[in-house]
Amino acid sequence: MPETTRGRPIPIQMTVNGIQRAADVEPRTLLVHFLRETLGLTGTHVGCDTTQCGACTVHLDGRAVKSCTILAAQAQGGDVTTIEGLANASGLHPVQEGFRQEHGLQCGYCTPGMIMNAADLLQRNPHPTEDEIKHALQGNLCRCTGYVNIVKAVQWAAAQRGGGDVPR
Amino acid sequence: MFPASFDYHAPTTVPEALRLLAENGPDAKLLAGGHSLLPAMKLRLLEPGCLVDIGRIPELRGIRREGQTLVIGAATLHADIATSDVVRQAAPGLATAASLIGDVQVRNRGTIGGSAAHDDPAADYPVILTALDASFMLVSSAGARTVASGDFFLDYFTTALSDLEIITEVRIPGAAASVTSAYAKLEHPASGFLVVSAGVRIERGADGRCRTARIAIGGLGGRPFRATAVESALAGHALTPAAIAAAAALAADGSDPDGDAYAPAEYRRHMATVYVQRALEAAL
Ligand SMILES: Cc1cc2nc3c(=O)[nH]c(=O)nc-3n(C[C@H](O)[C@H](O)[C@H](O)COP(=O)(O)OP(=O)(O)OC[C@H]3O[C@@H](n4cnc5c(N)ncnc54)[C@H](O)[C@@H]3O)c2cc1C
Ligand code: FES
Ligand code: FES
Repeated sequence: MPETTRGRPIPIQMTVNGIQRAADVEPRTLLVHFLRETLGLTGTHVGCDTTQCGACTVHLDGRAVKSCTILAAQAQGGDVTTIEGLANASGLHPVQEGFRQEHGLQCGYCTPGMIMNAADLLQRNPHPTEDEIKHALQGNLCRCTGYVNIVKAVQWAAAQRGGGDVPR
Repeated sequence: MFPASFDYHAPTTVPEALRLLAENGPDAKLLAGGHSLLPAMKLRLLEPGCLVDIGRIPELRGIRREGQTLVIGAATLHADIATSDVVRQAAPGLATAASLIGDVQVRNRGTIGGSAAHDDPAADYPVILTALDASFMLVSSAGARTVASGDFFLDYFTTALSDLEIITEVRIPGAAASVTSAYAKLEHPASGFLVVSAGVRIERGADGRCRTARIAIGGLGGRPFRATAVESALAGHALTPAAIAAAAALAADGSDPDGDAYAPAEYRRHMATVYVQRALEAAL
């Protein structure tokens, strides 16, 4: 194909926090840029931009993923949840509340990604051990807290429930 | 950071993907999980003009048994391999290797075919798949061929795959009660990639002795290193702790690894003996 057609915008649509969204984007648009710039959902952060830090973690079709390393086009037709979509009318998600109760954040830069990954963990494993929590958060870096209170925050959230699915 | 511009296609069948590869020539690249390709494109180390996304081809995904063969679709996620009961039963070493790749989010995107095609010398699958005697089904518009892991992984980032071929399946023989496998990995503390790792596959006879052993080691060069000295030392013997320790001590025999600032060659060779022993112990 001639070079001039390269990068021509393509139509994409996906569900973001329960709302249908559609836009024409360049194929190289990363999911995180689609969320932050096209949709204005700036709760999802870009930390490293090299797939290391997890600040950009969102849920795509029910799984925690790093949105800086996914094309928006790869999420075509998908179901995305960002930090903005975690709380509901009855209040904060238990993991969000856990971060508040246990001082799981300082500057807050890593927090949206930490919370999205921890919420994914509790969906798969409602009562994780301390080691399982640490292992699950391996892909999320925090420069401030030293992680101790982050682990406590996840334990706080797990303790709020007697089993079953994470309340949404 | 974002990649240079490209055209994007998302075919839903293998023939359609092959046609797109052929039409777009050497400028086209397959995109699977994107967890090796997109980072390289964001750094502008690679600037393909056309991406053919194989993530929407249902036939490339899934895990099944065909008699004693475990068959895994090339676009199957690391996370699904790590948690599959079928894999845990048929090839436990493969499930362990998958569970040790990167982190949760990486395992939720990366695929076995993408990892095999990328062939990073610090990647986990090439090592365990070599130990398991896996083969790859490669399909092009000219037809299909099957390539054994020993002929597939050739050197640093170099495989037998041509630009016009797609890996469709990974096939692992010997899913039988008499066969077991294990994987042990020394992770680089910063990157999580392997410094040294060992994959082992043990077939036992009716008397409980080791009938055959296949052992592959990562971190000793550009392709998985077959520890043939350990394999011969184990074959025909009872798998006692003493026999395992004596055999594992031979792990690095015949290897000639390149060292680096973190892991000099002698350290790699020593760790090879330690991790082969751990993998053998884990297999029993
Ligand atoms: C932070 C981080 C940590 C990681 N840690 C580890 C680790 O500890 N161990 C490890 O082994 N890996 C690790 N990886 C790499 C990861 O496993 C990648 O997912 C994998 O190497 C590539 O798979 P992919 O599906 O993402 O492939 P892609 O990135 O989509 O593609 C990689 C290459 O393979 C080609 N390709 C893809 N699928 C096919 C196919 N079916 N047929 C032919 N060619 C194909 C593509 O054209 C491309 O050249 C890590 C990655 C990241 C980002
Ligand atoms: S910004 Fe995506 S992993 Fe750091
Ligand atoms: S709270 Fe500052 S990076 Fe985690």
